[in-house]
Amino acid sequence: MLYAMIIILLAAALLGYRVISAVPPLLHTPLMSGMNALSGITVIGALAVFTAAPEGSGGWAAAALVLAMINVAGGFWVTERMLRMFRGGKREGEVKEIPWQ
Amino acid sequence: MAVTIFFAALVIVAFLIGIRLMQSPHTALWGNRLGALAMIFAIIWTFIATGRGSFSLALIYIATGSVIGLVLGQSVRMIHMPQTVALLNGFGGAASALVVWSAVLGYAGEGAEMLFWGTSGLALGIGVLTFSGSVIAVLKLQGIAFRKPIQIIGHGHILRIAILLAVLLIIFNMGFLGLYFGQFMTLIALLGLLAGFFMTLRIGGADMPIVISLLNSFSGIAAAVAGLAVENLILVGTGALVGVAGLILTRIMCRAMNRSLLAVLAGFTPGAHEKTLPAAGSTPSPKPDTGTPTEAGKAESTTAENTGTETEKPEEDLEEAAPADKISEKDLPGLLKNAARVIIVPGYGMAVAQAQIAVRQLLDALEEQGKDVKFAIHPVAGRMPGHMNVLLAEAGIDYDKLVDIDTINPQFAHADLVIVVGACDVVNPAANAAEGTPISGMPILEAEKAKNIIICNLDEQPGYSGVDNLLYEQPHVVTLWGDAAQTIPRLTAMIGKE
Repeated sequence: MLYAMIIILLAAALLGYRVISAVPPLLHTPLMSGMNALSGITVIGALAVFTAAPEGSGGWAAAALVLAMINVAGGFWVTERMLRMFRGGKREGEVKEIPWQ
Repeated sequence: MAVTIFFAALVIVAFLIGIRLMQSPHTALWGNRLGALAMIFAIIWTFIATGRGSFSLALIYIATGSVIGLVLGQSVRMIHMPQTVALLNGFGGAASALVVWSAVLGYAGEGAEMLFWGTSGLALGIGVLTFSGSVIAVLKLQGIAFRKPIQIIGHGHILRIAILLAVLLIIFNMGFLGLYFGQFMTLIALLGLLAGFFMTLRIGGADMPIVISLLNSFSGIAAAVAGLAVENLILVGTGALVGVAGLILTRIMCRAMNRSLLAVLAGFTPGAHEKTLPAAGSTPSPKPDTGTPTEAGKAESTTAENTGTETEKPEEDLEEAAPADKISEKDLPGLLKNAARVIIVPGYGMAVAQAQIAVRQLLDALEEQGKDVKFAIHPVAGRMPGHMNVLLAEAGIDYDKLVDIDTINPQFAHADLVIVVGACDVVNPAANAAEGTPISGMPILEAEKAKNIIICNLDEQPGYSGVDNLLYEQPHVVTLWGDAAQTIPRLTAMIGKE
């Protein structure tokens, strides 16, 4: 298990580095809020410890569940809202392109 | 085991593809949705895999969190995105801390390994630090408390000692294999809270993009380390992704401000420093002295420049050329009329003035006249990475008009007119011209090179860095002081009228 964890840690970090570096500055805010939502993945850790918690110690895990889920739902939803606003394309070609150089 | 690894890899690959789709604004929405889908899948899979205990209760908590999250996500405005992300970061960090905390309570006395005790202490410390740091950042950004950077006596020492002690305790917690874990973990949590508090307390407004990126990274690292503690592959991989993303953004932000991360965290707030920039004697720029406007030498060279580069300049300028050689408000209609290529430079001041819609109307008016208009976006414009793009997109401005610094800089020399809206430091030529100022060496938008510049800032005060803006006095610059929500419509009204 330890090896699997180390491998997945390194692989995710390396591949993540490559993919994330190529996200343009235009989308850095949605990128960050999306990654923010991903950090709520800790909800599955919370779920695991909650179901395994001995009597009377489930409170902390329950709090973790709620907080992580706020993070997940809030993060994905603000990202969705932001990305919906990004519109591209010239409208009806009313703008004449003038060469800049 | 094999199944666990397979599903973990599947979820992480889905996240990676989601981020890959975020590389283009055409596909980004689907990237985000894929991420959400993979998250739901991971939660369902965990339900199935853990397979015992209080299902319905867990579902209720998950539903509660989801509803709160969705309501929060729906209700925030785009200008408040930085504090929203900071708040959610804090929740994520706190959740990771609570996960290891309750795992520790569950494992206590069961002879867990060194790895468990080490990582749970570490995850607790980082998670708690993320939480308290984020809370302070939210209070600052929302303007509730600590708006000004606060530095108390021995600030740096307190921070360093807290972190050092926490690291020692984490090592002890690992070494003692759970003996005294209650005491150790409690102290680690308290020190983490303290460190996050002091770390963020002395951060100023314009450094916020750096801190938010860093806290984002921490929330990921906390999740990854918590994943190591509870042996959850998905948690480890996803946490690593978030950690890396946060670090990449932190580095980009630091570079864009030409500041080292340590300098920011050490509370080196440039505004607090003396203005080291004398008005004169610091100008390798093509323009003459920025000193006293009445200087004879300045008048001469400015006239030369006017005739040299601005052949189609309106005649009003020549009429009143005598005492004030600088272009003035009278010239505005002519400037707006004759400019074919316009670049708008928005700064956080535009957002503070709520002038996005006014800017959008200005854009529409300019485009109606067949002018080519672009926006120059500095990486640190706003309070979080890419914030300005979101604010302009919200105002309905197409993203293909939003151009990043490297692409737009060579185009300033070809621009007839630059309109600066609520931006100061990011267009201040002092960054290139003067040595030893807080912004020296910081990459700026080279608005100075444009033929003419209109500056719509609130007042003459320098920006966050405290360095006087060398642009304001230059002959090809008109300054229009006041609330951008009022000055921009004035410009718009001038367009199309003679």
